[in-house]
Formats: sequence, C-alpha cells, structure tokens
Amino acid sequence: MRALIIRQLLTIAATVILGGFLCAIFVRVAPGFDVDMQQLDGRLSAQAVEALRAKRQSSRNIVAFYGQYMRNALHGNFGKSLVSDHSVRQLIAERLPATIQVAGGGLALAWLIAFSLAMAVAVLRSRAADMFAMSAASLFLALPAAVIGLACVFADAPPLLAIAAIVSARLFPYVRSVLTRTGNMPHVLAARARGAGELRILFMHVLPVAAQPLLAIIGISVAVALGADIPVEALCGIPGIGQLAWQAALGRDLPVIVTLTVLVTIITVTLNSACDVAAEAVRGQHA
Amino acid sequence: MTSLQKFAAMTLTGIALATVLSVAMMRTSYATQFRNIPNAVPSHQHWLGTDDLGRDRFTRLVYGTAISLSLAPIAAFISVIFAACIGGMAGYLGGAWERVITAAVELVLCMPWLFLLIAVRAMMPLNISPLLSVIVTFSLLGSLGWAASARVVCASVSSLRDSEFILRARASGTPGWRLLFVHLLPNLKPVLGAQFLISVPVFILTEANLGILGLGVSEPLPSWGSLLTELESMHGFASAPWKLVSLVLLVLVVISFQLIISSDEVSA
Repeated sequence: MRALIIRQLLTIAATVILGGFLCAIFVRVAPGFDVDMQQLDGRLSAQAVEALRAKRQSSRNIVAFYGQYMRNALHGNFGKSLVSDHSVRQLIAERLPATIQVAGGGLALAWLIAFSLAMAVAVLRSRAADMFAMSAASLFLALPAAVIGLACVFADAPPLLAIAAIVSARLFPYVRSVLTRTGNMPHVLAARARGAGELRILFMHVLPVAAQPLLAIIGISVAVALGADIPVEALCGIPGIGQLAWQAALGRDLPVIVTLTVLVTIITVTLNSACDVAAEAVRGQHA
Repeated sequence: MTSLQKFAAMTLTGIALATVLSVAMMRTSYATQFRNIPNAVPSHQHWLGTDDLGRDRFTRLVYGTAISLSLAPIAAFISVIFAACIGGMAGYLGGAWERVITAAVELVLCMPWLFLLIAVRAMMPLNISPLLSVIVTFSLLGSLGWAASARVVCASVSSLRDSEFILRARASGTPGWRLLFVHLLPNLKPVLGAQFLISVPVFILTEANLGILGLGVSEPLPSWGSLLTELESMHGFASAPWKLVSLVLLVLVVISFQLIISSDEVSA
C-alpha cells in the first residue's frame, strides 16, 4: 500500500510538471502566438504597440515561460490576466465557489441519479425499466452539453441539473453494468438460492464487491463534470471557472487558460490517484 | 449485425445520400441573403424559414450536414491513425517504451477534453477565414482526440505481441516489418474500426459544443455547431420548432452511431 501511495504521489508530481509543460508547448508553438488583437488597433501609437510586444516578450521562450510560471505558481502567484489585468489567483478564488456549487452539486446529483437508477434496475430485474433507463441515457449522451445547458435556461431550472444530466448519462451504463455483472456472481446466486431478499443481496453481497470498480470512475466523473461545466456556465451565465475558461479562450488570455488547464489536471489526477488507493484498500479488505 | 444496427446503418446512409443529392441540386449558396425576409417562418420557398440575416435555413442545414458528416469522419480517421501509431508503437515495443508512452497517454487523458480543446483552440487566431476555421477545428479534434483510442490499441497490440502465431512467426525468422504489416495490422482492423466509429459521434458533439461557444467553424460557413448557435436566441424550444431540425438531425446521427457500435465491437 505504501508503495502504491508513493507511486501515485510521483504520478501526480510528474503529471503536474508535464501537464504544465505540455500547455506551455501548445501555447508557444501555436500559430498566431505572436499576434495580439490589440496590436491591430489602428488607434494605438507605435510606442503603445511596441509596449504590447515587449509585454509578451517574456512569454516567447517555452522553457523560460514555463519555468517562470511554475516558480511563481509555487508562491501562489499565477500571473495576471491579459484581458482584465486582475490577478489570476483572485479571479479563480472569486469564481471557485460558483463552480463548486454547480459542478460539485451536479456531480453529487449525477451519482445519486445513476446509482439509484442502476440499483432500481438491479433490484427490479425488469427488462422494460432497463430499456427505458438506457434509452434515456443514450438520448442525453447524444445531446451536446451546451444544448442541455440551454434547456436549463429555457426551463428556468438550476444549472446543476444540466451537469447532473450530462454526467449521469455517462455514469449510469457503467454503474448498471457493474451491478448487473456482480449480481450474477456465484456468491450472489447462492445467497438468492438461500432465499435472501433482493435489498439484502444488494447491500450485503453486491455493493461491497462492486465498490472497487465504482471507485475507479470517480475521477473520470469529475473530469466529465468539469468539461461539461464550461458550456453550462457559459450559457447559463454562471460566474464560475467554466465561464472564466470560456472567456479566456475567446480573449486568448494565456495566463488564465494555462493556469485553469493545469489546475483542472491536478484535480483530476489527484482524484484518480486517491480513487486508485481507495480501490486498492477495498481490494485488500476483501482479499 | 442486429436489426437495430441495420436500421441505424440505413438511417446514416439515408442521411448521407440525401445530403449529397441535396447539395448537388441546391441552387442557392449557404451565404445567399434574402434581405427582405429575415427571420421568416417556414414557407414553400424556404422550407425551414430564414435566419436573422435572411439566409435560407434549409440550404444552410444541407451544407452544414455535409460539412459535419464529411469532416468528423476525417478527424476520426486522423485520430485513429495517431492512436494506431502511438498505441501500436507502445504495445509492439513493450517494456520501458510501453510504460513511458502509456504514462504520456494517461496524462493526455487526465486533461478534461473540452478544457484542453478550448485552450488549444484559443491559441489559434480567432479571426481566420471560414474555410481555415473548419480545417483548424476538425484538425484539432483529430490531433487531440487519440488518447483513449491509443490506450485500447496499445492493450490489443500487447496481447497480440505475446500471442502464439506472432511467437511462431518471430521464431521462424519473420522480419519486424513483416510482423507489423502482415500479422499485426490485419488483426487490429476490428479494434481500429470500432475506435473510428466511437470517435465520429464524439467529434460531432464536440464540434457542436465548440460551435455554440463561438470557438468552432466561423460564419458564414455552416456546420452543425454553428447552426446550433441559433438556439441561443430562442425563448424556448417550442417557440420556433423548425429551428430544432439541425439538433434533431445531429441527435439522430449520434444515436445511429451509438447503435452501430455494439459492445462486441468495442471490446474487440
């Protein structure tokens, strides 16, 4: 277990360093990196344009840009937004609560919906209920996240419902598959043959075994929720991280978009690693 | 192939054929404006009405469908090629190479797809020509969407590498290139085909999301993503149901792809 934890910590560190570096490379080699929309403004003087160019000069060398970025980041300084001139840290801190509320709430609701539906399908063992739930999940999977967000706007529904719909549509088929597969294992069939009730079978025999594969997808579900958060927040007008990322993308705000991408990567990798450790602990208990 | 899969394949073929025929028969351009009738309701002349700029919505839908339906598979093909090269190399070489490449693939997979995509898209100039915006959007999808497929390809190649027929071929002195092209690649066809079919609807949906967010295909060129931006100006889905035709078509195509991808193919 200790070796696994150390390996996961090393993975997190390596992913953060490499993820940030990958972002820096993407930023630097991208066509148009040296072009600033403001430089095309005919109202600006030659000195002002030169000042704008000089401002971007420090970002031109990949290694220098990334080294400087990581050094400052370790001190909690993520630089300043090129668009609003506000501190990136301040921007993120201001918008984080809204995202925790929308994406976090939506994620929790998605797990509740997916789990309840999958348990209902497993307990009822009804083909009609299974088909209905799978069809609903397929429909939501076929809709762009932005359209589900718009539906929430039109229905005047809380945006976390959109996140819940998007994430639960992905979670449900997996949770259903895990519960069904575990439900057909020999020890479960034996318990059923001995006359144990369906609920007792579910909670005593199915869920403890299904916990390990289910833990493995917690990290993935967070990544899906954060990805869905961008169109949902942008279209529902929620001042969160997703909307900030969208505005930064439209404004080509380099420090903001790089910081957000690294931050989201850290969250996803850390959660994945924590889930791996938890899954290993669960497996150790059953071994 | 089940009857449902056959129906889905027929639906996709029908939509593709209808689009090709409609494009061939279309007399107006997707950019032609009927300035005296902006926001017109459906009529005999304009089957789906006109948009805010007076452009025929049906014409734009036909061209948009043609663009999305032809470029999403091209992007999927590019991503499968990347996946085959990267995942194939990792699986074939094995050992430290496999561990390093797998770690890199895991890294790309950890980055939420839309975050990564809008970050890279944002680095491209936003004021590019419509044609270039189409190429940039779908090239990005193709070049960034290979990671999940690469992992599957790597696992398949790893298991093939240790299979009996490869060991026998190796033992009989078959050179590396022959092993790769004669023995490995033909056996990878089902896996690559399944990954291609999985990638197409993912790319269609992602392009739609990018389009609605204003980071996809530029005006006046239509795509499903740019056509869906019209939904933002609606006051509810029931207020002008004819504006939903592009969404219905997109959902139909994505569900058809989902149906065609059977669990057997995915696990192949």
